Amino acid sequence: MSLFVNLTLNGITNGMIFAAVALGLVFIWRATHIVNFGQGSMAMFTTYLAVTLLDRHLNYWLAFAAALVAGLVMGAVIETILIRPLAGKPALNPVIVTLGLFILLEGMAGSIFGIGSRSFPPAFSQAGLTFGHTKVAFSHFDVFILIAVVALMLGTLALFRATSLGLRMRAAAFAPEVARLLGVRVGRILTLGWALAAVAGSLAGLLVAPTVSFSPNFMDLVLVYAFTAAVLGGLDSPVGALVGGLVTGLALSYVGGYLGSSLEPLGALAILMVVLSARPEGLFSRPAPRRV
Amino acid sequence: MSSIPDQPGVTSGAATPPASGPTVTPVTPVSEGKTGAPDDKLPDGVLSGSGEPGANDLDAQWPAGRDPIRLLDARWLRLPRQPLLRHLLFGAVTAVGFYLLTSSLSAFNNFRIGEIALYTIALAGLSLLTGTNGQISLGQGAFMAVGAYTLGVLMTHTHWPLAVDVLAAIVLSGALGVVVGMPATRLKGPYLAGMTLILALALPRIADKYTVFFGGDQGLTVTAPTPPGTIDPQRWLTWIQLAGAIIVLILLANLTHSRFGRSFRAVRDDEIAAGLSGIHVARTKVLAFTVAASCAGLAGAFLGLSIGVVNTGEFSLSLSIYLLAGMVLGGAGSMLGAWWGAIVIVFMPGWSNSIANSFNLGSAVAANLSLVIFGLVLIVVIMVVPMGIQGGIGWLAQRALSLIRGVGQPRGSRAPPDISTTPDITTGGG
Repeated sequence: MSLFVNLTLNGITNGMIFAAVALGLVFIWRATHIVNFGQGSMAMFTTYLAVTLLDRHLNYWLAFAAALVAGLVMGAVIETILIRPLAGKPALNPVIVTLGLFILLEGMAGSIFGIGSRSFPPAFSQAGLTFGHTKVAFSHFDVFILIAVVALMLGTLALFRATSLGLRMRAAAFAPEVARLLGVRVGRILTLGWALAAVAGSLAGLLVAPTVSFSPNFMDLVLVYAFTAAVLGGLDSPVGALVGGLVTGLALSYVGGYLGSSLEPLGALAILMVVLSARPEGLFSRPAPRRV
Repeated sequence: MSSIPDQPGVTSGAATPPASGPTVTPVTPVSEGKTGAPDDKLPDGVLSGSGEPGANDLDAQWPAGRDPIRLLDARWLRLPRQPLLRHLLFGAVTAVGFYLLTSSLSAFNNFRIGEIALYTIALAGLSLLTGTNGQISLGQGAFMAVGAYTLGVLMTHTHWPLAVDVLAAIVLSGALGVVVGMPATRLKGPYLAGMTLILALALPRIADKYTVFFGGDQGLTVTAPTPPGTIDPQRWLTWIQLAGAIIVLILLANLTHSRFGRSFRAVRDDEIAAGLSGIHVARTKVLAFTVAASCAGLAGAFLGLSIGVVNTGEFSLSLSIYLLAGMVLGGAGSMLGAWWGAIVIVFMPGWSNSIANSFNLGSAVAANLSLVIFGLVLIVVIMVVPMGIQGGIGWLAQRALSLIRGVGQPRGSRAPPDISTTPDITTGGG
């Protein structure tokens, strides 16, 4: 029973992290109909920047903020240099370019920071909390993860629902041509979408890094789990990303706990194959009619 | 009669092109009533990344025997028109060339040629899947793992002949290709890429989980076949791998020229239109996936034979991405391009090391330079030369040919395509 509780708590924490990365994927998908397979590597790179700053004895939260800002800049630069020229090209081209980005950044991180795994200090204690007399697998750091991701989600919601910028972003995603005619600078909005997605990814990287062995490929699995979560949620719905993240996190936590952690990716593959076979448009997205 | 006709097709050419018979393809009305209209664009077969170069279109322009360049492609020099004959001829020439090459090279270089051959097999399958059928797969490395582990398990637990083991590797990876290909039939590019990405990460972990059966970290030992007579064992293995590569390429080249190949391309270009013309879209996509997976299975079995051991370290995610990069670099949909990609994949670790050493970049860079270079390859090739090396060579060759022949041709009718508007690695789209 306590194993089940712990796995559930662990699944929720992981699910929130997957949701954060999935939210980044959703941002980019909504804006440009591209799945950014470089999302994980970009987050990995900014997390390495943070740990480099920490090595120089910078304040933890300053390093944290620096990584987020670095993500913002990185997302904008990558959109401008690599993604913008691909507009109007076949759908496979951006897939291949973002995959190139994926291994390019991993190779660069390995070259600059070394491939050996190291540790990333957590913001808060990772010791399990005690409720009554039982110690559960839920720490102060896990609470921090929950708060950070919920804040990210609420911020996104507020941005989209309550600001004029969010309205322009929705317009640019919904009908780029019309939005452009109405004076929305669609190109800049797309750049901003990539930048915000990269911030969400960077946050996830900072939250994941203390819980894993930290090496240039530490985001690989997080990325594919987040992709599973995003597809489960429909790939264009922020709420779907949250729910998909939680479902994926819980399911994989149970698979890992009861069947062995090396089967977790296989569990993600199973989820993805079932979702794509039964309901390719995901749980939170309307099927789009195909146009001839 | 003009030895340098200014307006091909205006003199007597208008009547002659159809007379040159089999060279005229119905889709290329090259010189019919051509009066230099600016919108009279010629289809550039070479650039489509698949199918046959459009060299025959050129022939149609010239009245037989009047072309000064005619000597170059006299009938006896032409390749056979029958695709099967042509591919067999290519295969025979390649086989003889490789026989001479392998006989003169050292065992280590033969080992490398064998590796090139096996990566060519995997790349050719992937190239068919992506270039000809428009499906992307990051699972090619995982299917190689299935082939290699099938061979390893069968060699450990049975004493069947090698041919049976290899056949089982092909069949089993092909069967997994059917399973993965089925949900893939409904998926567009990025979904399929994501799903196969997870496959590439997930599948090798099964071997980590069931260590007793799959040998764990040490992996499974594979023994190379014993050669007949006094042939050097490495040379014998290389010959087997080369024979496999040449046979696979001939089969795949024939497949792309068959009814199935046309279905592949039709589905790639427009699924709905293909379905409306009576092509079973899902079946066609699963078939392409299965063929690609079987190729990877054979390549994986050959890789096991080459290195003598099968373990999960060989089949990391980077292998799948390297294969994608090799395919893109060689030219999607091009069987010959597969050789280019394979050469780069086999030699890249060595090149990375020497680059890192000659610039004193340190061991961390040396270990990661391959990743960086392949990442750059994926990005730069797609953005600059989406048709890859083989497509680029074809384009250059066609340019050169049209420069030689194009004396007096109306300018602009054969203008080089703007590089940014060249057809992309698949001409289809989402």
